[in-house]
Amino acid sequence: MNNRYLKALITSAVLTVGATGVASAAECIAPANPGGGWDFTCRQIGKIMFDIGAVDKPVQVTNMAGAGGGLAYGHVVAERNTDADLIVAASSATTTRLAQNAYAGMTADQVRFVGAIGADPGVIVVGKDSPFQSLGDLVDAIKADPGSVAFAGGSAVGGFDHLKPLMILQRAGFTDIAKVKYIGVDGGADAITQTVGGFTQAMTGDMSEVVGFLKAGEIRVLAVLTEERVPGFEEIPTAKEQGFDVVAVNWRGLYIPKGVSDDAFNDWAGKLQQVADSDEWKAAMQANGLAPFTKVGGDFQSYVDGLVLEIATLSKELGVIQ
Amino acid sequence: MEIFANLATGFGIALSPFTLMLAIVGCFLGTIIGALPGLGPSNGVAILIPITFTVGLDATSALVLMTAVYYGAMYGGRISSILLNIPGDEPALMTTLDGYPMAKAGRAGDALVLSGVASFVGAFLATIGLMLLAPMLARVAFLFGPAEYFALYLLAFCTLGGMASNNQAKSAIAACIGLAIAMIGVDNSSGMPRLTGGNMHLMDGVDFLVAIVGLFAIAEVFFFIESHGKGSAIGVILDKVTIPWADIKDTKWTMLRSSGIGFVAGILPGAGASLGSFLAYMSEKSIAGEKGGFGTGVAKGIAAPEAGNNAAAGGALVPMLTLGVPGSGTTAVLLALLMTLNITPGPTLFTERPEVVWGLIASLLIANVVLLLMNVPMVKIFVRVLQVPSWILLPGVTMISFVGIYSLSGSYFDLLLMVGFGVLGYILRKLDIPTVPVILGILLGGNMENALRRAMVLSDGEMSYLFSTPISIGLWIAAIAGFVAPMFLRNVLRKPQAITD
Repeated sequence: MNNRYLKALITSAVLTVGATGVASAAECIAPANPGGGWDFTCRQIGKIMFDIGAVDKPVQVTNMAGAGGGLAYGHVVAERNTDADLIVAASSATTTRLAQNAYAGMTADQVRFVGAIGADPGVIVVGKDSPFQSLGDLVDAIKADPGSVAFAGGSAVGGFDHLKPLMILQRAGFTDIAKVKYIGVDGGADAITQTVGGFTQAMTGDMSEVVGFLKAGEIRVLAVLTEERVPGFEEIPTAKEQGFDVVAVNWRGLYIPKGVSDDAFNDWAGKLQQVADSDEWKAAMQANGLAPFTKVGGDFQSYVDGLVLEIATLSKELGVIQ
Repeated sequence: MEIFANLATGFGIALSPFTLMLAIVGCFLGTIIGALPGLGPSNGVAILIPITFTVGLDATSALVLMTAVYYGAMYGGRISSILLNIPGDEPALMTTLDGYPMAKAGRAGDALVLSGVASFVGAFLATIGLMLLAPMLARVAFLFGPAEYFALYLLAFCTLGGMASNNQAKSAIAACIGLAIAMIGVDNSSGMPRLTGGNMHLMDGVDFLVAIVGLFAIAEVFFFIESHGKGSAIGVILDKVTIPWADIKDTKWTMLRSSGIGFVAGILPGAGASLGSFLAYMSEKSIAGEKGGFGTGVAKGIAAPEAGNNAAAGGALVPMLTLGVPGSGTTAVLLALLMTLNITPGPTLFTERPEVVWGLIASLLIANVVLLLMNVPMVKIFVRVLQVPSWILLPGVTMISFVGIYSLSGSYFDLLLMVGFGVLGYILRKLDIPTVPVILGILLGGNMENALRRAMVLSDGEMSYLFSTPISIGLWIAAIAGFVAPMFLRNVLRKPQAITD
């Protein structure tokens, strides 16, 4: 224990001196109001970085809500392009909007994506008394009568939560996706409330949003959109094993300004890796229904590039963008 | 009896000299945050969250501090409403209608004490409600779908005509301006930006704090410049601050009814404190009738919105704790705090983490008592504000508002927008058009539109869906009655007057 602490201390000291020279407090921008996923990312990662000694001053969290993250993105690109002490929370929503050109012409290559250290698996959920027993039942019902099933989700129309059922239906050979009913409400918990209340027939969201309701027996998860079943939720089948080859996870990570040195990039990647390896982060992930998903540094940047391309193609196919 | 055992556990966790000190500090900070225009409870709590981590508070202490700040801000919002006619935050909007006229009449101290007591009653009853009924009330949220929310907002708009002005057409124009402003931003049902002019700052719409500070504080400054400080409550001779027992006694039923309305509005995740205080005020106004003198500085007009919004603040904790659905901006922040402390609210929280729930409830009760005890003596300090020369006070308040608004988004665009709203507020007041319905239009219009659009998606555009459930039918009847009744009542009330003339 003592030894580990010492190691962390030395590592962080070396990293800090090596990278920035002057130890000033780092800032994490959460591009949304307090209370959302990005805010969680900043506060949790910032707290753990300080607790394990990866940074020597508490990380200052700034909430910069606006335009679904676009305001913060524009701020970083235009005004903070060389700030090495700046990290910004990002998730699948960031890449989805970049891919759909929703950030007023800004592109994914205007910042550096430094890493993701956890992912929220996508889920398709129904109320406990729903007639749908499997993802196949749900898809068949939509194929027979598209108006009979309405989805509720926490993102606006065209957002990541909306794309999930559309991707599944596309794989199932259903192409008339404009007929699929979707309402975007204020967050995943609200979407579940609407589904349990019987106003919508299914909910599309992330695992973390449904854990409490699942434990209480209010809902059933028809499918989780990961490669393999999620640890701790082994009884929930994946979409893949039900014959719908869709993987959609909401990763939680960070980007930094484009203009910083490679050293600073690697430094932040290292700190993020330290957080990923910490017991605190493992506890936080478990408490919040996140699955392990660690990609840092150059590895992550190429993952993001691929993802943006994939969502752009998909959104065009689905008719969400021109 | 189980409840007392639980409560004892809660107090065992939340009551120690250290947490008591935290509660006092939190209540004080919260009151200040609430009182400053531009700093509402949600950004107040958000700003203070990092401090709890920096100081290294444990989960219980952090919760005590934050709930104290939350309740404190709900109390504090009324202070600038009453003293300056500038709502400290959006739920305190309705308190300006009677609070400010009362202060102008030299009874600022009475207004503050009375509203403090009303806040206490509202918050206390809501906490009791949360304690006794939370797991049961959580089911209420499942009964409200888009159609029901639409009818609820319709009810609010139907009763809006008779408020704040004798001229109904002017109220309607003001509400329409508000609705038009609410249209700005990304349309949630299509993902397309509307009326933004390609400006990213407008994609999320206009923040109502920006509108409130502009329409009230900045417009007040313009008027001050024009009139050289005449006609404002600042500088009025003050009575000695006493406890207005007679007023408190007169308003006891008002407080109880308003607490009930506020609590229900708080429980519904799509409603919240602003709607709670609005409905509480309007229902008391209609109970009192034209003779009630609402809008001229009557005690009931102060007690109703304050009991309503504080009860809603307590009610909003029900869906947050039991469903993880925040009923307001502030509970969204508290939710974030809980999650950061590795506590995930949801249907199982009451059974799995009773110590958290009951610790929270105990700390709410502590905060509430501290606030009452603190607020009554502090009134003496607050009313002194009115003795500050207005050429210092108004620009000072405006400056603080600028800082508060800047802290919201960190962009100067909101500041420009706020000055724009100031100009709008000045013009509207010159035309004798009330500004309160503008804010309500912005505050409620967006939610109402979303509810309607969602209902239309679900029903394939079938209008009959809007009144297909008993709850929505009931709300429609109430809305129509609220709209039509004043027209007939006015005739009934006016005729005898015409004869006596």
